[in-house]
Amino acid sequence: MTVLSTPSSSRPTGRVYWIVALSIVVWFAAYNLIQPLSDWLAYTAFHLSQGKLGESVAFFLYDVPKILLLLSGMIFLISIIRTFFSPERTRALLGGKREGVGNVLAALLGVVTPFCSCSAVPLFIGFVESGIPLGVTFSFLVAAPTINEVAIVMLLGLFGWKIAGLYILSGLVIAIIAGFLIRRLKLERYVEDFVWKIHNQGAFEGEKLTWPVRFARAWGSVKEIIGKVWLYVIVAIAIGAAIHGYVPESALVGIMGKQAWWSVPVAVLIGIPLYSNAAGMIPIVSALIEKGASLGTALAFMMAVVGLSLPEAIILRRVLKPQLLVIFFGTVAVAIIITGYLFNLII
Amino acid sequence: MLAIKVLGPGCENCKKLAYLTERAVTNLSIEAKIEKVTDYAEIMKYPILSTPGLVIDEKLVVSGRIPSESEITTFLTTALLEA
Repeated sequence: MTVLSTPSSSRPTGRVYWIVALSIVVWFAAYNLIQPLSDWLAYTAFHLSQGKLGESVAFFLYDVPKILLLLSGMIFLISIIRTFFSPERTRALLGGKREGVGNVLAALLGVVTPFCSCSAVPLFIGFVESGIPLGVTFSFLVAAPTINEVAIVMLLGLFGWKIAGLYILSGLVIAIIAGFLIRRLKLERYVEDFVWKIHNQGAFEGEKLTWPVRFARAWGSVKEIIGKVWLYVIVAIAIGAAIHGYVPESALVGIMGKQAWWSVPVAVLIGIPLYSNAAGMIPIVSALIEKGASLGTALAFMMAVVGLSLPEAIILRRVLKPQLLVIFFGTVAVAIIITGYLFNLII
Repeated sequence: MLAIKVLGPGCENCKKLAYLTERAVTNLSIEAKIEKVTDYAEIMKYPILSTPGLVIDEKLVVSGRIPSESEITTFLTTALLEA
């Protein structure tokens, strides 16, 4: 069972802090050992030369533990931050906010509020019911899946903090603009009628959480997420490593480079049906960039994979009429395409 | 007898919560009726914003996360004492 267990009151809380402190030390030690260890394994233990095969193997042996370690560490941190937020608190924070300020706040809260994708409908109803404007609600609903924590960590690990920051920033801007546009278009009539008839009463009172409980919950989500993505990560890094070693430099400039203007929309179109493989896509994308694909095109592709998902569209169809659903997805798709072009221009 | 409801449209998380609840009920060997509520209009009658949710005797005890089996057991025994 991978279900987290809340520490019972009988366990001394002091021990929990020791375990966390020790884990941090072990984490940093392991992280610093990856490079020498992977080199030693590839070139000394396996007797590989510095050629194509050796480089690919060293790349693989270095990236797999690095990404898995980064993922567990960062998800633990993010999950702890998330224990301070709940959909109920977010709704309370957004209530009574003006448009504009509301959109910005909604996009930011979309990143830190924990909820599973099938909760999009109750959240939508609960927000709209409590008087939060439709545009602000959409800013929240766009930001939450678009700025994905696994994608942030993968970008951080493979591209560095600048690209990860750009990804977060463009996700926020897309969410804010999408919400703003949807508000301007006055689309309330395209929300399914039953939504306006529901009366969602009161809010579930949050429990008071102690630090050991926060740690336990964060550890639980680390186990859950790693359990879901580790295989994708390994397979994707293996493919990335093969590209790294065997595909000639600048082989992709023609089809995925800046000159190919059509590559951004095509990348977005291909990205839409590829939902839920953020962990698996980024290592491959990173290898493609190395071989001449442009960053804007790659980033647009990743955002489409993570942010525009068919399963989510199907879930949201239960509260949104088709017209609004199309406008919602269309706005986000166009915003991602513009972001892609923008990055191709800047970088 | 306890009336238990698992709120959620039927995704992985709700199924897991239903499974854990069934196990907790069996282990306690108490009488309970577990119902899965998948209709959004029904779900929203409870003060819930994110699924999965657990309702015991019409009281929402968990919202938006999967509790551990031991937590569910505590909820069940508390509800039994109150009943």
